[in-house]
Amino acid sequence: MKRTPLQNVGLYALVIVIVLQAVFPFYYAILTSLEDGQALFEVNYLPEQVNLANYRSMLTEGVFGRQILNSVFVATVVVLISLTLAVTASYALSRIRFRGRGLLLLTILSVSMFPQIAVLSGLFEVIRYFGLFNSLWALVFSYMIFTLPFTVWVLTAFMRNLPVEIEEAAIMDGASSLTIIRRVFLPLMWPAMVTTGLLAFIHAWNEFLFALTFLSTDSQRTVPVAIALISGRSEFEIPWGNIMAASVIVTLPLVMLVLVFQRKIVSGLTAGAVKG
Amino acid sequence: MLFLVPMLVTLFVVAAWPLMRTIWFSLTDASLDLISQAEWVGFRNYLEYVDYGDGEGEYFGLLVDQRWWRAVWNTVWFSVVSVSFETLFGLIIALVLHQKFLGRGIVRAAVLIPWAIPTIVSARMWGWMMHDQFGILNDMAERLGLISEPIAWTASPDTAMIAVLIVDIWKTTPFMALLILAGLQMVPDDIYEAAKLDGVPAFRTFRKVTLPLILPAILVAVVFRALDALRIFDIIYVLTPNTDATRTMSVFARENLFDFDQFAYGSAASTVLFLIIAVITIAFIMATRMDLEGKRS
Repeated sequence: MKRTPLQNVGLYALVIVIVLQAVFPFYYAILTSLEDGQALFEVNYLPEQVNLANYRSMLTEGVFGRQILNSVFVATVVVLISLTLAVTASYALSRIRFRGRGLLLLTILSVSMFPQIAVLSGLFEVIRYFGLFNSLWALVFSYMIFTLPFTVWVLTAFMRNLPVEIEEAAIMDGASSLTIIRRVFLPLMWPAMVTTGLLAFIHAWNEFLFALTFLSTDSQRTVPVAIALISGRSEFEIPWGNIMAASVIVTLPLVMLVLVFQRKIVSGLTAGAVKG
Repeated sequence: MLFLVPMLVTLFVVAAWPLMRTIWFSLTDASLDLISQAEWVGFRNYLEYVDYGDGEGEYFGLLVDQRWWRAVWNTVWFSVVSVSFETLFGLIIALVLHQKFLGRGIVRAAVLIPWAIPTIVSARMWGWMMHDQFGILNDMAERLGLISEPIAWTASPDTAMIAVLIVDIWKTTPFMALLILAGLQMVPDDIYEAAKLDGVPAFRTFRKVTLPLILPAILVAVVFRALDALRIFDIIYVLTPNTDATRTMSVFARENLFDFDQFAYGSAASTVLFLIIAVITIAFIMATRMDLEGKRS
């Protein structure tokens, strides 16, 4: 559609406003993280100094480095386990006809709607029973509640759209179901798996409530909890510079992922919702 | 069938079983350190009438707890306001992104940034921007002449909820925009061309053609967001802890579970929150008659 010059000005003005509001808070966090001492407490809109003191103190003093590794470990293992479980399950859900399949899918989907707080006390008991309290495995285990239903749902929808002929040929040749999954489906599935894997990773990386509740010592914590708990002795001693540096460190990889995999993430998000 | 077992067992252990235990705890006198010795007490945590013996008595329990009802009200208010604004802003952003313009790809990626930032980090970033003395938000408002003296956004009970709303709306509008944009992209272009040939004004086309066609996508997005908003916890825990003005159902439940040593009472609150969300979910699934078997496709 052709636009009049006036409409063009309006459109670009709107675009600028939209981009500014989306980017500014993160820009300001970066700007603050590069300031030290008194400069921190003077409002400025453009960068005035580049001082890496906050980053140095976050990464060399204390356990923040360790906490980053904790987060990387938890998110990676969560992605691997939920993809493994989901690929096999979605093969069955999309290819084998059985009674109650619709109801089963519905149940799985409804699990992803569970408020986390509703399972918190029950999960707390289970985790203590297995002796996982204050262990990273407690998070790997409990994060399945939101990564698994979503992954199963999206992968099932994706598999359903693959033509049946490709596996019929494999069956003719006498391949077993496991071989079909490994040799026929996995090569075709990787786009969907990258998407769901990315989303599961981001979700696990950002999760707060379980991480706050099931871990109790500083060296075990993941980064969101670590950042939430940074505080000073009083309201006036909150180390804002350090908090912003830590925030930038944990957010930068995510922002990179989003910029690089923008299309994949969008298709995954909408597949989870609009397909219904 | 063997393929389904690992996934189903996992979901049972992380979801179904803990949920049943939560409901069970809400009917016991469980405390944090003595979970295993919990004993059945009936519905005492929800509602109990204590007769003082002289013809007078009093009700106790969650259902007559002022703090709980305040939390319910806060949650509902938060959900309605945040989802409304997110829908409105999401729709605007989606309509803009649907246009063709220079640098659309970059803009689309930039819009996603708030979504990618961890909730905790957003809460802290905004907490700093809303700082009463050194915050840039007060500085901007003062420069624009909107306020004469600094506002204590997060500390004052009058503005605490507004602060939480701002952060949440900022963070989740991209999600809304994306879902609505996906809906917009499914509308075939020739409809617009037909409307244009017939000389229908742009706004009328939007109201009579576009809006009805993308309404299903908007509704799905609204329901997803509403279910999410009803369980809000992170932002409030970081941005405005310990104030009646923003305590929501999730915050109330966790407080009782782990801070006040009222494990059973907290479980009762969790159970009620679960029931509310379950009712909405079931109603939604029935209303949309979701295509589960993939028959339509």
